[in-house]
Amino acid sequence: MRMTERAGEIREYLSPGHVGCPGCGATIAMKLALRALGERTVVVTPASCWAIMVGAYPQSSLKVPVLQTGFATTGAAASGLRAALDLRGERETTVMGWAGDGGTFDIGFQALSAAAERGEDFIYVCYDNEAYMNTGVQRSSSTPWGARTMTTPGDKWKRQQKKNIMEVMAAHRVPYAATASIAYPEDLERKFRKAASIRSGLRFIHLFSSCPTGWGFAPDKSVKVARLAVRSRFFPLYEVEDGTRYAINESGELPVADYIGGQNRFKHLGSEEIALIQARVDEEWERLKAKAAASPIGQ
Amino acid sequence: MMRVLEGSQAVAEAARLARVKVVSAYPITPQTHIVEELAKFCSDGSLDGRFICVESEHSAMASVIGAASGGVRTFTASSSHGLALMHEMLHWASAARLPIVMAEVNRALGPGWNLWMDQTDSLAQRDTGWIQLYCEDGQEALDSTLQAYRLAELVNLPVMVVLDAFFLSHTYEPVDEPSQEEVDRFLPPFEPKFRLDVADPYVLGEVAPPYIYMEMRRSIQSAMESALCLLPEVEEEFAGIFGRRHGLVDAYRCEDAEIVLAMAGTAASTARILVDELRAAGRRVGLLRIRLFRPFPAQAIRAALGPARKLAVLDRNCSFGAGGIFAQEIRAALCGHAGPAVYSYVAGLGGRDITVESLRGVYEATRDRPEPPTESVWVGLREEILCE
Repeated sequence: MRMTERAGEIREYLSPGHVGCPGCGATIAMKLALRALGERTVVVTPASCWAIMVGAYPQSSLKVPVLQTGFATTGAAASGLRAALDLRGERETTVMGWAGDGGTFDIGFQALSAAAERGEDFIYVCYDNEAYMNTGVQRSSSTPWGARTMTTPGDKWKRQQKKNIMEVMAAHRVPYAATASIAYPEDLERKFRKAASIRSGLRFIHLFSSCPTGWGFAPDKSVKVARLAVRSRFFPLYEVEDGTRYAINESGELPVADYIGGQNRFKHLGSEEIALIQARVDEEWERLKAKAAASPIGQ
Repeated sequence: MMRVLEGSQAVAEAARLARVKVVSAYPITPQTHIVEELAKFCSDGSLDGRFICVESEHSAMASVIGAASGGVRTFTASSSHGLALMHEMLHWASAARLPIVMAEVNRALGPGWNLWMDQTDSLAQRDTGWIQLYCEDGQEALDSTLQAYRLAELVNLPVMVVLDAFFLSHTYEPVDEPSQEEVDRFLPPFEPKFRLDVADPYVLGEVAPPYIYMEMRRSIQSAMESALCLLPEVEEEFAGIFGRRHGLVDAYRCEDAEIVLAMAGTAASTARILVDELRAAGRRVGLLRIRLFRPFPAQAIRAALGPARKLAVLDRNCSFGAGGIFAQEIRAALCGHAGPAVYSYVAGLGGRDITVESLRGVYEATRDRPEPPTESVWVGLREEILCE
């Protein structure tokens, strides 16, 4: 399946010794993304856990070039870099913006929206761990309803729904938007390769990256938690082409209680609140299914 | 070739002649004519580059940072609130050691909304690690933009070419526009000292813990210091090809002057008229125009002042709680040296005219007052409407 598999080994671009927390989903995410994209990739990353995990001067945990940039600027910096590479004749180099949910849903959203509107030729990845984890777990507009964070503590747990960033990006009519999960590496890598092959505008990948530190679960459960998010339809895997054609890649069947039950951030929720989450997940799933049925990819 | 150009056009022509590759900008009055002109050049093919229409000034600076990190020559322009919005990324550009050139049109900050001339916007960015050049006329705006690229690429620091709102940005003057061949002789193709390259991967802008951060900052300071020595060399090269030089500072009739007026920007052209008038009447008066503000040319200022007893510094800006900014910097440059007493005046904020008569008032107040007041004196205030 992978080009490198024929040689009997997988080329890795993430070195051991990065400073991510044990079990960090975002490091698995980067490892898989770069496996799919290969060495002709430049990463643009703003303030985020990944700004730290790249390493401190003079070291790097990645074997590809990285441009670190200001928190709000991934979409803009990647646009400028793409222009420079094109003008230097380096069309075949892939530019990948790589921002967390804070850098995407919140502070970086303006620059992302503008880059999508301009039809910039790069892949924008939001690795989503559903809060500001690098600063010590504060709420973002990606934090799901019901979650406790350091800024939504105690009885003030978050009462707002997570922003539906995929629908927002689909509304920009970007040529390709997809969700992906570290628990589904084949699906993830296929989507990154597909994103790299499309050059007609910004490609957006919403990458679910479980966070043992921020969510409160054991570090050896990161992949399991991410898998449960898909299997409970809490985080469905799907693709959108040109903002209008949909395909659902995995169907889930488990109750959301199976997913949220193992995480400290939700442990204060009672059966009533969990039922509300279930109802919301079911409603969103039906809406997604209807879209995929009405306008499927490939027709 | 002599042409009649608007100050904004002079800057845009210089950027075109510098063969910039990526221009990124967001509109703000009175910067718009510069970037409209460059958008036209990119559109009609007279500039082989890309114009990125970003959604904010913050993104304008971020995208030229991205482009410069990719190894191409870049340009942007801004003003006032736009420059203020860029602030974070101004620090980023200099610390990333990127030779970005920006035209900055001096405009007042609101509220109240004010489109007109005021230096506080650019001077508020004095600690961001940008070289700053203040221009007096359209020719100098063109020449400074070309010199800015040469200097920026020598020291790997960004350069801000500063123009007065309207008085310079929107004024048409005869400008000697050099040919492409001449400019190519002065400004070689951009050879980045580093860039993002998949064949030689490394990280730009990564975490710098306490064990390395100070050395990185010291290198910026050293580059600033070297710019003080290199700008005169750049000017010599420039003069060799174009026959013009503008100096770190521009001393006009200062040799034997007892009283010197000091300022930056177009007000200096008005001051020249007054100096000539007073000289004709036998008064020993001179003008010191500050062109380079960062790095601050302390030695050049001391050398230019000669025997002057009094220096009247006219600031079109105010650092609230401290007064005129050029006056503070000049006082610091003179401290511990024999030199004139510094009289500080704040004038012409938010586009209020600075006239020969208002400058004459400044001259006379300085002449008649034996010691400078401790505070900046505000010129031409409408005292009747001032409140407590």
